[in-house]
Amino acid sequence: MQLARVTAAEDVQPLPAEPSRVELLRLSSIVKRFPGVQALSDVDFDLQSGEVHVLFGENGAGKSTLINIIAGTFTPDDGTMMLRGQPIRLHSPHHARQLGINAVFQEFSLVPTLSVQDNLYLGREPKHAGILDKAAIARGTKETLDLLGFHLDPKAQVGSLSRAEQQMVEIAKAIQGEPSILILDEPTASLTENEADRLFALIERLKGQGLGIIYITHRIQEIRRVADRVTVLRDGHAVATVAAGDVSEFRLVELMTGRTIDALYPTINQQPGPVMLQAVALTLVNGRVRDVSIDVRAGEVVGLAGLVGSGKSEIGRAVFGLEPIASGSIVIEGDVVRHPSPRGMLDRGVIYIPPDRREEGLVAMRPVRENMSLAALSLPMFSRLGILRRRLEGRTVRVIAQRLNLRPLNVERQVAYFSGGNQQKVVLGRGLARNVKVFIFDEPTTGVDVGAKVEIYGFMKDLCERGAAVLLISSDLPELLHLSNRSYVMHRGEVRAEFIGTALTEEAVLANFFDRDSDAA
Amino acid sequence: MTTAPMEREATGANRLSDLARSIFSTVGILPILLAIVVFYFASQESRFYGTANLTNVLRQSTYLIIVTLGQALVLISGGFDLSVGAVIAVTSVVSARYMSNHYAANPDSELSSVLVGVGIGLLVGTVFGLVNGIGVARFKVSPFIMTLGMASVGTGFALYYTGGSPVSGMPPLFTREIGTGRWFEIPVPVYAAIVAMILVLFLVGSTSWGRYLYAIGGNTKAAYLSGIPVGVYTASVYVMCSLLAAVAGLLLTARTSSGEPNLGGQYPLESITAAVIGGISLRGGEGRIIGAVLGALFITILTNGMNLIRMESYFQTMAIGVILILAVIFDQLRDRWRV
Repeated sequence: MQLARVTAAEDVQPLPAEPSRVELLRLSSIVKRFPGVQALSDVDFDLQSGEVHVLFGENGAGKSTLINIIAGTFTPDDGTMMLRGQPIRLHSPHHARQLGINAVFQEFSLVPTLSVQDNLYLGREPKHAGILDKAAIARGTKETLDLLGFHLDPKAQVGSLSRAEQQMVEIAKAIQGEPSILILDEPTASLTENEADRLFALIERLKGQGLGIIYITHRIQEIRRVADRVTVLRDGHAVATVAAGDVSEFRLVELMTGRTIDALYPTINQQPGPVMLQAVALTLVNGRVRDVSIDVRAGEVVGLAGLVGSGKSEIGRAVFGLEPIASGSIVIEGDVVRHPSPRGMLDRGVIYIPPDRREEGLVAMRPVRENMSLAALSLPMFSRLGILRRRLEGRTVRVIAQRLNLRPLNVERQVAYFSGGNQQKVVLGRGLARNVKVFIFDEPTTGVDVGAKVEIYGFMKDLCERGAAVLLISSDLPELLHLSNRSYVMHRGEVRAEFIGTALTEEAVLANFFDRDSDAA
Repeated sequence: MTTAPMEREATGANRLSDLARSIFSTVGILPILLAIVVFYFASQESRFYGTANLTNVLRQSTYLIIVTLGQALVLISGGFDLSVGAVIAVTSVVSARYMSNHYAANPDSELSSVLVGVGIGLLVGTVFGLVNGIGVARFKVSPFIMTLGMASVGTGFALYYTGGSPVSGMPPLFTREIGTGRWFEIPVPVYAAIVAMILVLFLVGSTSWGRYLYAIGGNTKAAYLSGIPVGVYTASVYVMCSLLAAVAGLLLTARTSSGEPNLGGQYPLESITAAVIGGISLRGGEGRIIGAVLGALFITILTNGMNLIRMESYFQTMAIGVILILAVIFDQLRDRWRV
């Protein structure tokens, strides 16, 4: 393989000179329509060899449509595509792969019951007269894995691997095709810090070999880490293409959302009162949180920042009784809670809003009314001796829906038919159906459009100013920085730092996301 | 990240098929099937729509309706109950034995014998339901395995308890009034079915118990996060189902005027078929009780019609099997057509 020449340490071949930048891909005036939606309007995009070009934008901005066009899954309705200066029309993903364009999507194309090496060679198994050449498969797999620095057992069953390891297999599969263009779609979505670090190091190496990499993300902090250039998509338009170093985080958010920072994030008048929630020396059985102590006061928004795997989500879950606690305690309004459980916590006025509303938040085929009242059904307002008070329930829920500006304002409609932003409002509305004093938000604005985000931030402002204690667990750094009064930064299960007020800046927080020293593997 | 929807032009033909799809996904194929079946049998055999036959069908349907009510509840909560047939058999033999023994010992107090029998029968149902419920909720055994296992336990027990032969000697009060009796021209079991239906409709529509079942079946994690004690409610629905099956078992015992160890064999399959045809999803969290009742009615009408046109009974069993498969296929399609 041509890559082997360059990176294997034992190999004698000399390193070639730094590859001069070549234009690999140029898309001009790309248009793509689907029934009822204009996915892409007049989009220009180009990719140079040896660069990482980030596609940045909200969910629904058109990023996946664009990369699907580049990868050959869709054909554009209008516009042109040039590969190395030659105009092309891609017929299929297979065609794209043959031309050297490979993509690693969020949904992997792996067969869980087959081994790593079988997956790597799926569809292109080397054979001798019809019989599988297992030796060649094993050899080729080892070569690729070593090349990429992935420590995986080639015979391991893919289904038994962690998501990060499966992603490595998917990347190895993409690399095996010797692509010149590699597309990575939100690759760090579920990686831990270590794994993300390794991925970034790999991307550096691939860059050095002249690959052009298209990297999709909606997380600001990754741009700092990895990008050479950034193209911001908004509502199907490419609003800007800039060098990563030339643009500030504020500007990126403004470009992405189309709103000025002031219009996006409200100013919350925070007046911290008595301590409502405390975690004292909390350690979880699964070790993801170790000796963590945090507190949240009434009338303030406290942020928990950190990468996936840093333990920030697990703290919120542990408070609510969803993760077994090994040692330490949870204290609500001064009372130590021995065995936290969702029921017990709700009765104490604490609510946890989960990050994945489809998975853990909503009963999709039931109406808004039933979903919103779900956590409060046992209260006298909603039922008497087990018998539901339907009319009162309807009225109460309608009032909540109005306050949250649910669109369309129909509480009898099944939640599945609402947009992501409105579905999130239904989940949040649960916290208004009962007397809640402590709100734990875990990634409250994932998959939520800008309009709904602004409304949700307004809702949080309202809650906070009325005296609720709010714990905001979020990977959206700008969101965290602008809404919280005080933030803890988590790293590998421990609290690395706490920042208050003006000390709470992006640099300060980011500096604590990653390891300062290189660590032993 | 989601993949974009398939491209479809908004032609006239597509609009019509979209309309058809949305109708089917809310209401199910039941109305169509019912119409087909009724018209077919009415055309083949004039006795089909005679009063005698219709009253017969009504009475016959009550047993399946009662069992299907219970099955529907379990399905909505996300499980299923394959042991309903065994519950009927065990209820039948145990209550019959106690009743006939008590009656033999006290020939003058028929009523108390009947009450003892009924009480024992309901107890059997409760115990069965508790075992199923604890197995599924506490020990996390899959409902399929748990109820299948209990079905085997029950059937075996019924045969063992009676040595394979029916238990006779029921108090006439029981067999006469409940088995073949009528109040105001309507067979007594029909009243039982109506009461059961009203009770279940009430539970499902107006109580938090019913609401929680839909939540647990629709998204168990969300239910747990909302503070619902999932285990308790899951177990309770199996108790409810077995109790209803026990009621059906008692009614059937009165009808056959003996405790039969082989009673109820077809009910697991038929009750699930009835519920699914009626719009209850096998995935849980969806479906309306009234649909399940109509489904049970449909199966009974179908069976009755097949008997009237003198279809071979083994062939009838095949027909029911085919209907079940079609109903499940349709259930899957409905899920896809919905979005």
